[in-house]
Amino acid sequence: MRGDGMGAWRLLRAVMCCIVAAWLLAPLVVVVVISFSSAPFLQFPPPGFSLRWYVQLFSTPAWTNSLLVSVQIMVPAALFATILGTAASYALVRGGVPGARLVMACLMLPIVVPGMITAAALFGVYRGLGLNGTLTGLIIGHTVLCLPYVVATVTSALRVQDARLEDAAATLGAPPWAAFRHITLPLVLPAVLSSLLVAMILTFDELIVSLFVSSARVRPVAVQMWSNLLGDFDPTISAIASVCFLLALLVLLADLALRAGKSSRIA
Amino acid sequence: MSDVLALQGVSKRYGSQVAVDALDLTLRRAEFLTLLGPSGSGKTTTLMMVAGLQRPDTGTIRLNGASVGDLPPYRRDIGMVFQHYALFPHMTVRRNVGFPLEMRRLPREEIAKLVEEVLELVRLPGLGDRLPKELSGGQQQRVALARALVYRPALLLMDEPLGALDRKLREQLQLEIKRVHRERGISVLYVTHDQEEALTMSDRIAVFDRGRIQQIGTPEELYDRPSTRFVASFIGDTNLVSGRAISTAEGVCEVETPAGRVRASVRQRIAAGTSVVVAVRPERVSLASEGEGLGGSVTDVIFVGTARKYAVRLDDGTECFVLRQVGSAPIGGAGTKVRLSWEATHAIAFEA
Repeated sequence: MRGDGMGAWRLLRAVMCCIVAAWLLAPLVVVVVISFSSAPFLQFPPPGFSLRWYVQLFSTPAWTNSLLVSVQIMVPAALFATILGTAASYALVRGGVPGARLVMACLMLPIVVPGMITAAALFGVYRGLGLNGTLTGLIIGHTVLCLPYVVATVTSALRVQDARLEDAAATLGAPPWAAFRHITLPLVLPAVLSSLLVAMILTFDELIVSLFVSSARVRPVAVQMWSNLLGDFDPTISAIASVCFLLALLVLLADLALRAGKSSRIA
Repeated sequence: MSDVLALQGVSKRYGSQVAVDALDLTLRRAEFLTLLGPSGSGKTTTLMMVAGLQRPDTGTIRLNGASVGDLPPYRRDIGMVFQHYALFPHMTVRRNVGFPLEMRRLPREEIAKLVEEVLELVRLPGLGDRLPKELSGGQQQRVALARALVYRPALLLMDEPLGALDRKLREQLQLEIKRVHRERGISVLYVTHDQEEALTMSDRIAVFDRGRIQQIGTPEELYDRPSTRFVASFIGDTNLVSGRAISTAEGVCEVETPAGRVRASVRQRIAAGTSVVVAVRPERVSLASEGEGLGGSVTDVIFVGTARKYAVRLDDGTECFVLRQVGSAPIGGAGTKVRLSWEATHAIAFEA
């Protein structure tokens, strides 16, 4: 009897999981399928299959330029956010900085404050500096947006590392920088790389700040998609969406591989 | 100057809490000096200040004659072994041990040679390619010891290095550390709260209580001639009997207790009428069925291998222990009335 009851629960749980998974994945599947459609408008299921929308995507300068701009923002912004965020985390966790909690809270603000407000604030500041519509402005903005994710990930990794290891390194003759490079950094490297990947996804997808501070000339892919959706659109939009999806998927897989490697190396 | 380490007037407070109070301490070359005391007595804080991981509020610390007060840990010529090993988990044993040499920019071949040599010394040859997590606790502590020895620091600091190990392993490693100390002729500053460990290993012991050194001396001195009641009760097993001094003459004082009269030596003059505590080791007490001394009755007899331990309740209610060699004349079991006595030179009276 009891066994049967458990069996029923397990079945129910499995069904629930499948429903949730379908709910989450179905729209993505539809988008990817439509991107291979032969019809000139969004139609599901498609009447036939073709690669015409991908050809269209990669032969339209507006799309290719925006993809390039997004990469030009993503790489430096993700790198800056990771480097700055890691340095800040180290100082906040180990440095004995007065008011560390307050500084930490400030670094977390971009998550807490609504995106619109951050975007409007950046727009206002940039107007004085002439940074609106520039690559530099977008890179700085995206760096700020990614920082809290890096800080959250890296501080929690640092907190579980034994601070005694750095003391030990110091007694063995390692100056602070050597102790960080040889001991602390290798131990939190999986968290650092993981936050780098998350930052990459974040900047690639980011829309609100980009809408405010981009221009017609410097237009990241998310903004290009947005303006395309506002006008007449064809299945090219699902082709670019599929490309973005593929990119995010690759990054997530890399992160997964990273975590697997970490758990097998350091028990 | 043959003192490796000299502390002068060193103090450290945490807020209003005085951790170390105007401490003076010297460590001679090749000496094994142990800081012994209960937790919170300031011994670990002292060690951390010598290492440079804590800053003293006042006082000077000299290493080989030079003041190191302003030097960070990595510029002091010290090695340190931590209670929880603090091995680098992402490095093999060989790289862990080689790390201090790498920091000193020694050539590769030299590092390899020195590492093999020191792994031999701590009896861990052949484990160089393992990661720390693949070793037992005892092996990990040997690696930590090797890592702190390999660059031949002027002074080796050890912070309760055996605290996390079980008793058997602890005793084995005590002997190993002593052997390494002898073979390398290193100077060691050792911290423990385990008085047996301190007695086994040390050339000298400094007994800490509430941030101050109560007494410093060889294990024998501390055991046989404790200078305070705290030292007497902290080191070894001690019977403490309260009473009132009735007369003193030539360093010996007669003490009246509710259970009878006893004699004990005194370190300084004690006026007649003063309340005192007499400290005496269990193995120094004679048991007899009648005669002089304190009256009491046996409550328990415990066989401890080479000796029998008698628990005795004195007539005033004080619990005492008496250790008698197996083979000495038998005394009855629980309930037997006995008299406890001792030579005046084997007991010490302190003002209560």
